[in-house]
Amino acid sequence: MVKRASISKGEAIFIRIVAIILSLIVCALVIVALTHENPIQVYGGIISGAVGTSRRMWVTIRETMVLLLISIGLTPAFKMQFWNIGAEGQILVGGVVSAALMIYCGNSMSSGLLLVLMFLASMLAGMIWGFIPAYFKAKNNTNETLFTLMLNYVAMQLTTFCIIFWENPAGSNSVGIINSSTRKGWFPSIAGNAYLLNVIIVMAFTIGMYIYLKYSKQGYEISVVGASQNTARYAGINVKKVIIRTMMISGAICGLAGSIIVGGASHTISTSTANGRGFTAIIVAWMAQFNPFVMILISAFLVFMQQGAIQIATQFGLNENASEIITGIVLFFLIGCEFFVKYKLEFRKKTEEVA
Amino acid sequence: MSENNAIELKHVTKRFGEVIANDRVNLTLRKGEILSILGENGSGKTTLMNMLSGIYFPDEGEIFVNGTEVTIRSPKDSFDLGIGMIHQHFKLIPILTAAENIVLGLPQKGRMDMKKIEGDVGALIKRYGFDLNPAEKIYDMSVSQKQTVEIIKVLYRGAEILILDEPTAVLTPQETEKLFDVLRNMRKDGKSIIIITHKLNEVLEISDRVSVLRKGKYIGTVPTSEATVASLTEMMVGAKVDLDIHRSAPVSPKKRLEVKDVTCRNKEGMIVLDHASFTANSGEILGIAGISGSGQKELLESIAGLQNMDCGEVLYYSDDESTHQLHKLSVNEIKQLGVHLSFVPEDRLGMGLVGSMDLTDNMMLRSYRNGKGAMADRKAPRDLAQKVVDELEVVTPSLSTPVRKLSGGNVQKVLVGREISADPTVLMVAYPVRGLDINSSYTIYNLMSDEKDHGVAVICVGEDLDVLLALCDRILVLQSGHVSGIVDARTSTKEQLGLMMTGTVGKEEAVNE
Repeated sequence: MVKRASISKGEAIFIRIVAIILSLIVCALVIVALTHENPIQVYGGIISGAVGTSRRMWVTIRETMVLLLISIGLTPAFKMQFWNIGAEGQILVGGVVSAALMIYCGNSMSSGLLLVLMFLASMLAGMIWGFIPAYFKAKNNTNETLFTLMLNYVAMQLTTFCIIFWENPAGSNSVGIINSSTRKGWFPSIAGNAYLLNVIIVMAFTIGMYIYLKYSKQGYEISVVGASQNTARYAGINVKKVIIRTMMISGAICGLAGSIIVGGASHTISTSTANGRGFTAIIVAWMAQFNPFVMILISAFLVFMQQGAIQIATQFGLNENASEIITGIVLFFLIGCEFFVKYKLEFRKKTEEVA
Repeated sequence: MSENNAIELKHVTKRFGEVIANDRVNLTLRKGEILSILGENGSGKTTLMNMLSGIYFPDEGEIFVNGTEVTIRSPKDSFDLGIGMIHQHFKLIPILTAAENIVLGLPQKGRMDMKKIEGDVGALIKRYGFDLNPAEKIYDMSVSQKQTVEIIKVLYRGAEILILDEPTAVLTPQETEKLFDVLRNMRKDGKSIIIITHKLNEVLEISDRVSVLRKGKYIGTVPTSEATVASLTEMMVGAKVDLDIHRSAPVSPKKRLEVKDVTCRNKEGMIVLDHASFTANSGEILGIAGISGSGQKELLESIAGLQNMDCGEVLYYSDDESTHQLHKLSVNEIKQLGVHLSFVPEDRLGMGLVGSMDLTDNMMLRSYRNGKGAMADRKAPRDLAQKVVDELEVVTPSLSTPVRKLSGGNVQKVLVGREISADPTVLMVAYPVRGLDINSSYTIYNLMSDEKDHGVAVICVGEDLDVLLALCDRILVLQSGHVSGIVDARTSTKEQLGLMMTGTVGKEEAVNE
């Protein structure tokens, strides 16, 4: 095993494509072992499940957008080497705040104003959830991994607490569809597509984040702080300020994702509103090497496989965990292939002259 | 194979990926001689020795020890052959005594008799003329004493062949003398010694023969008696090199920077800089000498606004007669005052540059705030990067190559180029030529001299006293955080500086202005 001195772009892409193909083959083998069906048929099922009908395709797009937005939100933090694994919590508080607005202001406000308020409030909530660990990191150098992780549980409990208040119908232990008759706070259809607004918002953030990181002064500061805090201090960058500012941005975008889930997709709130996407997004961000446009492809691929797996699960009588198995296999290959991008295998020949 | 050769290497090759660290190197160490291995940084000296000590395994070639061909697969194999290597970085346990460190890891039967071990160690110390107390703890020892422990460690284990990797890099001139006496005693005793170094004077002083490596290739071996500084340099570099540093008399020096009673602590709360005071003048190079870790880093960082000070002042006298108190300001505030402090820190890729960024992005590290708006301007930095590449002959595939992929010399040129381009009034450099080849070193020296001629106050922390004496106008000597004196570089000697570095000379005697 030898570390590669350098690798051409084409070679790196080739390795990744091979990894994807291998992951699909292994997925097929697993599915065949479980269902004894023809793998081609199974893949047909996946494709049909993900994009088979216009509605399925829009669900896939909707889920892709949510995952993408969370990845975009995590990107500045990870680029700064701040291990924000608290996206789950940031999404939840954003979602809770949105749900609260929908429930309490649904009848007293115009739809447009309510939506804008939901966006702002969820971003603010996520921002606070991002600010707390960043502040203590900057002030006392606390471990941000543990801190953000624990805040996830705080957000989870907060959500549980709110659900008790908002229970509908009483005794169901869930909130149910909020404003199902008035549709207040629901994202409006644009040109007949219920989820087009989600796409527009997320794409705007994707492009914005690309420009912010690549061309802005603050983006440059984030890269320097991420590379070396010593260098950042040397360059006169206020490291604490950058850490807090960046985490507030990161938290705000994740909070907005919560609002998009609640207002633009599920129209309800539960402890599984984030549903692990805060963690999956970490993988998306890292695999894309923080390039927002590559993230589109990766999140689309992951969601495609997930949605397809849900379909084959019902079709072939597997339970919902099948989708997680497939995601797991795909991620295993995608992450594993990075090893071969960095290293190449070289077998040590037994030297004959060794006496 | 001749029985008279302790070690013989034949056509030894070692590759790291595409880099050939050693290319068919031949080398002979005779019994009872001191052989110097000379070469610039990156010429493959250490790699070659690591193959003898079992750390690397050669790709090709043969190794003979005492006339028989051997295979060295591990450090243990190497030791069984009687080869002992003393590395640049010591591997000692601070809370144990010298004797305990020496026997550490040796198989012992029954009860460990420390008295007897200390006696044996004491005998070795006496035999070769070391200066060490076997019962002393490592943490109480100076760098040179720690090195002594490392040497005795290999002798105690019965090494007949000793390899020393840059042993004098951390020593003062007096300590170096002492080490050389010890090495001569060992040679008298029949030990064979290889010493890796790039200090030419030392090569001429200590060794019997000199082997030269250049870019991984074996160039040749000459008896020291037939070698001169000039001839050895030519072998090392492959061309004649002008080794003179141009030094002009300071033109109308004016007080530029005044440091008063600066005291700093390190992370553990130990005082590392103790009431340091001095002035730096425009149009002058002030050298700072001292054993490494005597407070040099803290001193420069205090001036640059990067260090928390316990007490003290840093005053800046600008051309318009106003005085600024820099010690109260952050890096950014100093810059906003219009004070152009340029700083080339010791840790180039960990502080001065961002290794993963390209040349353009590194150029804007200190200037990215310039210009209005939220977007960073990349055109000016790109032009600057191109200018630095052209003027300092930086070898790089392109401006968008990450700087960590460049060689040490080119990295330093990028850093120095950027700092000089900021039009400094004070230029601080720490170990500016560490890791650089001879040609690049002289480029850097001349750049510093040019800045001085332009009226810049240059402060240069260095380790090679010969260079400091040739380059600087005045030299400040630090001794464990104290300023032990400031001397005129034109009239002082290396020995004088060495004594001040170890604090064996009182302040009054040393000040020689």
